[in-house]
Amino acid sequence: MAKSLLIISRQSPWSGPGAREALDIVLAGGAFDLPIGLLFLDDGVFQLAAKQDAKALQQKDLSANLQALPMFGVEELFVCAESVAQRGLDSNALSLEDARALSAQEITALIDRYDQVITL
Amino acid sequence: MKFAIAVFSAAHAPSSRRALLFAQAALAGGHEIVRLFFYQDGVYNASASVVTPQDELDLPRQWRAFVSEHQLDGVVCIAAALRRGVLNEEEARRYQRDAVAVGAPWELSGLGQLHDAAQDADRLICFGGA
Repeated sequence: MAKSLLIISRQSPWSGPGAREALDIVLAGGAFDLPIGLLFLDDGVFQLAAKQDAKALQQKDLSANLQALPMFGVEELFVCAESVAQRGLDSNALSLEDARALSAQEITALIDRYDQVITL
Repeated sequence: MKFAIAVFSAAHAPSSRRALLFAQAALAGGHEIVRLFFYQDGVYNASASVVTPQDELDLPRQWRAFVSEHQLDGVVCIAAALRRGVLNEEEARRYQRDAVAVGAPWELSGLGQLHDAAQDADRLICFGGA
C-alpha cells in the first residue's frame, strides 16, 4: 500500500516561491495517485484569503491552482482554525471551501495519521 | 533502515550542514540512503558556482565529495533549479544560458523523484523547511 504524505504549508502566498513550491509537491503527488494531505498552518492560511490581487504584485495567482486540487485527486484538505483566527481572517470566507478547520489537538492527531510529513 | 533525505535550505544555512552530517551518520550507522532530494533553496547545495570564503566550510564541495564517494542518488528538482539559475549543461543549452552550475554527481529531475523516494524509504527526513 502506498505511504501517505502530509504537506504542511506554512508560508504566505506572497513571501516568495515557498507556498507555490509546497503546492507543487501536493499536485505532483496527486498526479501519481498517492494519498496526499495538505494542511494550511500559520501564515500558510493567507493562501486561502479571499479577494487577493496578485496582479498588483506582478505575480501569478495561486488560488486557481488551489481550486484544482480536487481534480488532482487531493481531497484531504485542512486548515488550522487557530491560525485563521489569529490572523483575523473570516473562516467562512476562505477560498478553499472543502478545507476542514482543525483545532490544535486535531492537528496533532492528523500528523500522527500520516506516514510521512513535509513542512514548507 | 532506509532513509530518504530532503534538503530545502541554501548551502550556507546551518540546516543544510546538519543534513550532510545526518546523511554521513546514517551511512556510518549501517543504514541506507535511497535518495537525496534537493528542493527550494536546497538546489544551491548542488551548485558548483558557490564560492565559500577560505576559512568557512565549503558545503557544496562536501556534498559533491560525499555523494560521489558513496555513489548516492543525488537529485536536484529541475523546476526549483531553473527558477534559481542552477542549470546543468543540458538545461543551459535548452534555455540558451552561459552559466552551467551543476554537473556530476547530480541529476536534475522532477518532483516525482521526491514522492518515489518517500514511498521507497522507511523514513523521510527533511532539513531546512519552514
